[in-house]
Amino acid sequence: MCLAIPMRLLEVQGELGKVELGGVLREVSLVMLPEARVGDHVLVHAGFAIEALSEAQAAETLALLGEVMAAGEAGGGDGGGGDGGHG
Amino acid sequence: MAEDARDALQALLRSGQAARAVLADIRRLAERTGPVRLMEVCGTHTMAIRRAGIPSLLPPGVELLSGPGCPVCVTPNEVVDRAVALARSPGVCLATFGDMLRVPGSSTSLAEARAAGAEVEVVYSPLDALRLAAERTDRAVVFAGVGFETTAPTVAAALKTARARRVPNFAVLAAHKLVPPALEALLARPDLRVDGFLMPGHVSVVIGSDAYRPLVARHALPCVVAGFEPVDVLLAVRMLLAQRAEGRAAVEVEYRAVVRPGGNPHARALLDEVFRPVDSAWRGLGVIPGSGLELADDYRGLDAVARFPVEPEPTREHPGCRCGEVLVGALRPPDCALFGRACTPARPVGPCMVSSEGTCAAYHRFGG
Ligand code: SF4
Repeated sequence: MCLAIPMRLLEVQGELGKVELGGVLREVSLVMLPEARVGDHVLVHAGFAIEALSEAQAAETLALLGEVMAAGEAGGGDGGGGDGGHG
Repeated sequence: MAEDARDALQALLRSGQAARAVLADIRRLAERTGPVRLMEVCGTHTMAIRRAGIPSLLPPGVELLSGPGCPVCVTPNEVVDRAVALARSPGVCLATFGDMLRVPGSSTSLAEARAAGAEVEVVYSPLDALRLAAERTDRAVVFAGVGFETTAPTVAAALKTARARRVPNFAVLAAHKLVPPALEALLARPDLRVDGFLMPGHVSVVIGSDAYRPLVARHALPCVVAGFEPVDVLLAVRMLLAQRAEGRAAVEVEYRAVVRPGGNPHARALLDEVFRPVDSAWRGLGVIPGSGLELADDYRGLDAVARFPVEPEPTREHPGCRCGEVLVGALRPPDCALFGRACTPARPVGPCMVSSEGTCAAYHRFGG
């Protein structure tokens, strides 16, 4: 029930926005995200944009994941004793 | 540039290579932590975890169990019974999310009531219910508002609009529930053995990760807010294990692209304006102080309970159904005698089997 889908914001008209995902267009309310701008990726739940996806924060998670993957390769898979996984 | 980071992340979160790397790290950490039991409290996580077969990928000592994360499952029969009674009232159209339709009440679901002539409409958004009220001025549209903090602000926004526009034929059956008080109630159970929580991603978008700080301070339990791709879940498990291995307990956020420490201030303001906390009954957990939302004084006129007095049937539990134990992680669905026999998604006995996010449904569909 708490499913929310990231969609791209194509248009803003006051409190309403038009979003798109895979060619499907939908109208959303922006009352919970008045700072949203055209081009943002917004998380849509039950007809409302509830948050914008932060590019900087996505890059952080990407970097963390990159570290884990690099450590995994360096450690040679299972059983390696390293403490490489500090979060 | 940044566009690339977002797309690259999205692709990696679904990649087998990333999953294998995180799993290797999880195995290393699990050697240090010993056996751990981690609980997810979000039906969307339950489905994502089971669909990706994550439990079978984890090292033997790392167990994932499901908690009270499915909103329609934790909603007691009484609410369904009242919704059914409202739908049967002349001149009332009951609007609700699809998840609620087949949930069995004491004797009937909304779907069965509709088949027998009651007026029930499934809507995607509470705003659709408001639109319905504008179209069907000859009847009252009652929206059955069920769900956690993710959904409650959308209903609050519909109520605020209805009040501002003085829509005369719209009301809400307010049955929303709040996650943090339920986690406190869960942790008060002596039989609960949990070493960390995977916190719900979209509930946290609204309330913020700081909402779990008091809980972590009181119980010294690691908490990680997780996203919904398979690698999101694995990363969150890894973060929980790292906390245990290092003897720490903190609130951490894996789902950083959308979860802020303070949540969404506009959504929270809507909740504060339209609702106020009230004691509320949860299946499996009983009445939990301050765990529900009722309409604030200014919105009383939109309260369906006051506006449409109906007499719901006496509440009756589903004989043999052990949803209450499943919802607190005390029983695995396959250990219910009815699981897969008398109770299947086609003929569900309890809400945990009917909801697409129910733990019993997830086990039945994807295996335990
Ligand atoms: S398998 Fe069916 S009867 Fe058993 S607990 Fe789950 S929903 Fe209830």
